[in-house]
Amino acid sequence: MKRRSFILGGIGLSGALVVGWGVLPPRSRLGGRETLPPLYGAVSLNGWVRIAPDGTVVVAVPRSEMGQGVYTALPMLVAEELEVPLAQVRVEQAPIDAIYGNVAVLVTGLPFHPDQENGDLARASEWIVAKLGRELDLQVTGGSTSVRDAWRPMREAGAAARAMLIAAAAKQWNAAPAQCSVSDGVVRHLDGRKLALRELIGTLREVPLPGEVRLKPAQEFTLIGKPAPRLDVPDKVTGQARFGIDVRLPGMLFAALRACPTIGGTLRTVDPAPALALPGVVRVSTLSGAAGGAPAVAVVANSWWTAQRALDKLRIEWDEGPNAGMSSDWLLARMRGALGAEDGFTFYEGGDGEAALKRAVQRVEAEYRAPHLAHATMEPMNCTARFADGRLAIWAPTQVPSVLRHVAARAAGIDADRVEVNVTLLGGGFGRRLEVDFVPQAVWLARDVSPAPVQLLWSREEDTTHDFYRPAAVAKMRGGLDANGAPLAWVTKSVSDAIVPQYLRRTYPALAADTPDKTTIEGLFDQPYEFPHRHCAHVTHHTPVPIGFWRSVGHSHNAFFAECFIDEMAYAARRDPVDFRRRLLARHARHRAVLELAAAKAQWGRVGPGRAHGIALHESFGSIVAQVAEVSLAQGEIRVQRVVCAIDCGTAVNPEIVAQQLESGIVFGLTAALYGEITIAAGRVEQRNFPQYRMLTLGDTPRIETHLVPSDAPPGGVGEVGTPPIAPAVANAVFHLTGRRLRSLPLRLGA
Amino acid sequence: MEFDVNGRRLSADADPDMPLLWVLRDLLGLTGTKYGCGIGACGACTVLIDGRAVRSCVFAARGASGKTIRTIEGLGAGRLHPLQRAWIGHQVPQCGYCQSGMLIAAAALLAQNPHPSDAEIDAAMTNICRCGTYPRVRAAIHAAARAMRDAL
Repeated sequence: MKRRSFILGGIGLSGALVVGWGVLPPRSRLGGRETLPPLYGAVSLNGWVRIAPDGTVVVAVPRSEMGQGVYTALPMLVAEELEVPLAQVRVEQAPIDAIYGNVAVLVTGLPFHPDQENGDLARASEWIVAKLGRELDLQVTGGSTSVRDAWRPMREAGAAARAMLIAAAAKQWNAAPAQCSVSDGVVRHLDGRKLALRELIGTLREVPLPGEVRLKPAQEFTLIGKPAPRLDVPDKVTGQARFGIDVRLPGMLFAALRACPTIGGTLRTVDPAPALALPGVVRVSTLSGAAGGAPAVAVVANSWWTAQRALDKLRIEWDEGPNAGMSSDWLLARMRGALGAEDGFTFYEGGDGEAALKRAVQRVEAEYRAPHLAHATMEPMNCTARFADGRLAIWAPTQVPSVLRHVAARAAGIDADRVEVNVTLLGGGFGRRLEVDFVPQAVWLARDVSPAPVQLLWSREEDTTHDFYRPAAVAKMRGGLDANGAPLAWVTKSVSDAIVPQYLRRTYPALAADTPDKTTIEGLFDQPYEFPHRHCAHVTHHTPVPIGFWRSVGHSHNAFFAECFIDEMAYAARRDPVDFRRRLLARHARHRAVLELAAAKAQWGRVGPGRAHGIALHESFGSIVAQVAEVSLAQGEIRVQRVVCAIDCGTAVNPEIVAQQLESGIVFGLTAALYGEITIAAGRVEQRNFPQYRMLTLGDTPRIETHLVPSDAPPGGVGEVGTPPIAPAVANAVFHLTGRRLRSLPLRLGA
Repeated sequence: MEFDVNGRRLSADADPDMPLLWVLRDLLGLTGTKYGCGIGACGACTVLIDGRAVRSCVFAARGASGKTIRTIEGLGAGRLHPLQRAWIGHQVPQCGYCQSGMLIAAAALLAQNPHPSDAEIDAAMTNICRCGTYPRVRAAIHAAARAMRDAL
C-alpha cells in the first residue's frame, strides 16, 4: 500500500467514527461545572477543579496511576496556575467525559518521521485525529502521553479556576478583581485582606466561568520544574493504598478461573460437581471469552483460595483447536520466510537505499531477533463487578476506563450509561491494562451471582499464560559505507505481527482494518541519523498469538535492532561509536547534546580491566534518551555494573519523577534484555510463574544515574523512554568486552 | 482459629490449610499484604511471624495461630516506622503494589542486622518489583539503618 492511500484510509476511518460530530458544539477541554458532580457541599469550577468545603482543591485526574506518577504530575499543572500548594490538593479519578479524551495518544500514533512533522499532510492528519480524539472520549493512559496531553488543558483549568477565585473574592470584598491575587492557596487584596478558599464556597457558585485565561510563562513557574514528593507515596508505605484486588464490598464473593491453555482452543466439557462439593463454593461458571479473552471455567466462592482450590478439583476437557502444533520455532521460521519473500510496506524512504547499497564500498548486513514478552504486572489481572437492577458497577485497575465501559456494556447487554466505572490504583500497567479481556469475565460472573458483587482474580499462572505479548520480531539490517568510511545507506526490513489491528478487533471490531501499523516499525523508520539514503519497510505477519502494547511497544525491540546495528557500522568504519553517531546528527542538535551528555557523565571509554562501555541513543514518545552501560562478566553471565542515562524530555514537570521513571524503564528493559523470553510449544505458553519468567532483583540491579538536559520545550514522555536504549547499550558493551555480537534477545553468551 | 495480628487478637473461621495471606486478606480484611505469585517467589505477601519474614502465600494458617503476626498495617505501631519514613524520604514507591512486602522484608533484615552492607542487602532483599524501585530500596534501607542508630 502506498502512503497516500493509507492516510486517506485513516481519514475514511475517522469519518465513520465521528458520526454526530457535526451536532456537538465546538468546545474547549475546560468543561463546565456540570462535568464534575458537586459532592458534599463542594463547588465545581470546571471539569477539572472542585473546591471542597474545607478549602481542599480536588483535582480530577482522568489518567490511571500505575506507578508513573500522574497522580502527582497532573495536579501540579493545575496547582501551578491556581497558585495553591500541592499539600492543599487532593486527587480524584475523573468521570468519563469527552473533555478528558486523550488527544496526544492518537496524534503520536500517526506514522510520520519526526523530521516530517511540519509537512502539510502530517499537519492535516494531526488536526483530524486531534479532533477525533476529543469527540471519542478515548480515556487512555498509555503511550507516555499523560503529561503531554494534559499540559495545556490542565494548566488552563487551573488558570480559569484562579480567575474565579479572584472574581469571588472581589465580589465579597466589593473590590476590583485587579486588586486581588492568589498566592499560596489564599486570595489576597492589595490592602492586606485575605480569604481562605473555604470562605469563598458560597460566592464561587455565583461567578461565571471566564471566557479566556492567560497562562504563566515558564520563568514564573514555582512548582513545575522542581522536585515535589509524590502525593500517593504515604498510602503506599502504610498498606492503605487501594488496588483492584483490595476492593471490598458488602457480601462480596471471590472468583478464580482457568482459561484454555492452548491459544485458540475451546472448552469441551467440565463436570462442576467436584468443585461444588467443597464447603464455601457458590458456583461454577463457564465463560465463552470476549475482548480477546480465552474460554474459561470459573469458580465463585467465599474466599479466593477456596475458589482456586476448587478449580484444582475439576477435570476440564479442552478442545485444543487449530493451533495445537504451534511453536516459537515454527513462528520464527515463518517470519524469516516472510522476510525473504515479501517487500512489506515502506514507512520511510529518502534517497535510493538499494542503489546506494550497490555502490557502497563497504556493506554491513545482519539479522536481528526479539522474542515474545509478557508484562508480568505485580498485581495479576482482576476485576470486581456488581450487576443488580439492570445496572452494572465495575471496579478495576485499568488504563482504559472508556473502552472498559463500552466492552462491559456489550457483555452485559445494557447501555453504557447504565455502567459505572471505578478506576482503582494499578499494581503495574505497562500496557497490559490497556486490554479488557478480564472485564466480560467479571461481568458474566456478576450476572451469575447477582445481586452479590464478585471479585475475579487471576492466578499468576493464568496471568503469565494469557497475556497479550510483546510481538516477536525479526529484522534484516543493511548498511553501506563509502570509500572514506562515511555512512551512505540505511536499509531495514522487519517482520512482526501488528498490534493495532488485533487490538481493534478485540475492542471495537467495527473499526478493525488491516492498515499498516506504526507500532511495528517505530524506532526503526524514525531514526534521526542523517544517512543520504534510507529505506525502511515492514512486513506484517499475522499469527494467532495474542499480542499487545508492552512498555515502549515497537521501540522495545526496534531500538535494539537499530542501535546495535549502528554500532556494527561504526566498527566497520573503524570509528568510535560515539563519534560515528555524532557525525550522523549534524542537523539534530538535541540528539547530539543528549549523546554527548551521557558520554561525558559516564567518562566514555574509561573503564577498569574486565569491563567495557556500550552506548545507545534513542528517541521515543517525544523524548531523547542516551544510555551508557558499563558491563562485566561473572561466571559467564553478563553483569551490568552501572548505567548513566541522559535525557531531553523538554520541560521536566517533576524532575524527581522523571528520574524515577528512567530508573524504572531501565530495570524493566534490563530484565527483558537479560532474561525475558516467552516461548510457545504445542500451542501453549510455556512459562507459568516467576521461576520460569525471571525478573531482575535488587542484587542484579546496576547503579543508575540520570542527567537531564535543561529545556523549556513542551514536555515529552518519560514513562517508557528509559526502556528502549538499555538492551542495545548492554549488547554493545558486551561486544566491546568479548568481541561477540549478540543479535538476539535475550542476550545470552552461551547461545 | 485465633490470630495475634498487629497486637490485636482476631478470630477467623479458617481452614487450617488456608495460606495466611488469604486469612489476612479475605477473612480479616487486612488488604495491605498482597498476592503476587502464590508460590513464595515474589515476596509481595511477606509478613513478620515472631519477627521473622515469612511469605504468607505458602504459609498455612495452622502454623500462624498462636504466634505473633505483624503486617504492613502494623509495622509502625501507631506511627511511621523509620523504614516508612525513609521510604517517603527517598520516594521509593511507584505503583506501590510490592512495597508492603518490600518494607516488611527490610524490617526483618534490620531487626537481625542493624547495619547491613550493600552485599547483605542484596542477599536479603529478594522481593520482586516490576517498577524497578531497587536502587531506592537500597538507599532507603541504609537511611533507615542510620536513623535507627542515631535514635539510640
